[in-house]
Amino acid sequence: MTNKINIYKHFLLILSLFVSFMVSAQEPAASSEQKENTSAEHKSEKFNAGELIIDHIIDSHEWHVAGHIAMPLPIILYSSDKGLSVFSSTRLEGGEVYNGYKLIKNDIVAVSADGTTDEPATEKLWDISITKNVASMFVSIILMLWMFISAAKAYKRNPGKAPKGMQSLLEPLIIFVRDDIAKSAIGEKKYKKYLPFLLTVFFFIWINNLMGLVPFLPGGANLTGNIAVGMTLAIIVFLITTFSANWNYWRHIIAMPGVPIGVLVILTPIEIFGMFLKPMVLMIRLFANMLAGHIIALSFFCLIFIFAEMNTGLGYGVAVFSVAFTIFMGMLELLVAFLQAYVFTLLAAMYFGAAIEEHHHEEAHH
Amino acid sequence: MELVKPAFGLIFWMCISFGIILYILGKFAWKPILKMLSDRESSIQDALDSAERAKEEMKALQAGNEKILAEARHERDQMLKDARDIREKMIAEAKGIAAKEGERMLKSARENIQNEKMAAITDLKNQVGVLSLEIAEKILKAELASDEKQKALVNTLLKDVNLN
Repeated sequence: MTNKINIYKHFLLILSLFVSFMVSAQEPAASSEQKENTSAEHKSEKFNAGELIIDHIIDSHEWHVAGHIAMPLPIILYSSDKGLSVFSSTRLEGGEVYNGYKLIKNDIVAVSADGTTDEPATEKLWDISITKNVASMFVSIILMLWMFISAAKAYKRNPGKAPKGMQSLLEPLIIFVRDDIAKSAIGEKKYKKYLPFLLTVFFFIWINNLMGLVPFLPGGANLTGNIAVGMTLAIIVFLITTFSANWNYWRHIIAMPGVPIGVLVILTPIEIFGMFLKPMVLMIRLFANMLAGHIIALSFFCLIFIFAEMNTGLGYGVAVFSVAFTIFMGMLELLVAFLQAYVFTLLAAMYFGAAIEEHHHEEAHH
Repeated sequence: MELVKPAFGLIFWMCISFGIILYILGKFAWKPILKMLSDRESSIQDALDSAERAKEEMKALQAGNEKILAEARHERDQMLKDARDIREKMIAEAKGIAAKEGERMLKSARENIQNEKMAAITDLKNQVGVLSLEIAEKILKAELASDEKQKALVNTLLKDVNLN
């Protein structure tokens, strides 16, 4: 019990540090932001929908709040020459050079003394900043830890009783993942080993999908629609699949039993390619679906401004339809958020299931 | 192009965060939750099973009761029937014995009567003999009381002899 409380406190401490750092970092930003306002308005006289959408869906070194207010985020850089450097993103605002680093669009590059980009130094630069997506992920992780650990506590507090509160929200989902995903795809005997991973992936994707739908802080980051997240998850799935695969799985990839050698020449490369294709598809599906949702929602809003540029009245007219469509899309996205988490988890479970499938099951398939 | 270019920083933090959350949730959330869930499920299953078992037992008990009742009824009928048979038999036996006894008694009575009768007849015969002798004696005494009568008798007797 004490162990758990300690971890809890630890996380709260990290969270509070994180928040206080952001707040303190915002103080000096306020004045420079005011100066920026006028120049920014002049710059974006012509509304560019594509740029706005891309700005919203890609990762960023600051967390946009509203208008020209953005929450600065810590930048953490490591290079073999200069070592580790940590500073606030306000230092690089407006293309300023700080400590030999400069922000070009969303990439941090190393610059030499005369202000030009230092390509070899940039190559060696590792950017592990707490970006918008990373910060959003931290928030979602703290949310998840709170949700599930409090639910687990509730289970311990009243064992054998009917679930209440958070428990009753999560329990059907946990049972759904356990029975309809893990048990059905992996099998009654071995599903237990993979269940913690599947549950974590499911809730990680789902909660981050939902947080992405929240249009304001701490949501709005397009985390699951970022290819890096999908890639990391897909790689973990690939590693688990590969390392838990049994002889039967490898035999089917390398030399499918009962297939003549002539066909194997064609089939084996396809099977090996398929082994890598599976996680790739997993990554692309999640990435594309979530990205598309964000793009569509933003596009509807951009329509208002595109039409408003032609005629203010037209803008208001279109706004009615845009909002209606955005609400509709929002409903659809709520479904998609769940569906993508489900599909990713189900496919991961099916890959695990295929990797550990026993021989006699295979026979039944053919 | 930036859209499909995975950023190193995000992958880095993603790996760390996901690892941490997987570990912590695995240890402090999934394990107790799944254990409790399966415990509860098994307890519900147990309760259902035991209810089902109790129902089966009830049914078996009822069937047993019915069987026992039927057996008892059958036994009662059997006993009644036996009793009736025994009664009939006893009556029949008693009747037979009584008839035989009566017969025997009648027979012995008849024998007795016969015997008594014979004894009485014999007695009567004897008495008749004694009486006859006494009478004859008395008659003789009276007949031979005087000498004339004795002479008359001798004469009659002699007369008979003379004739021969």
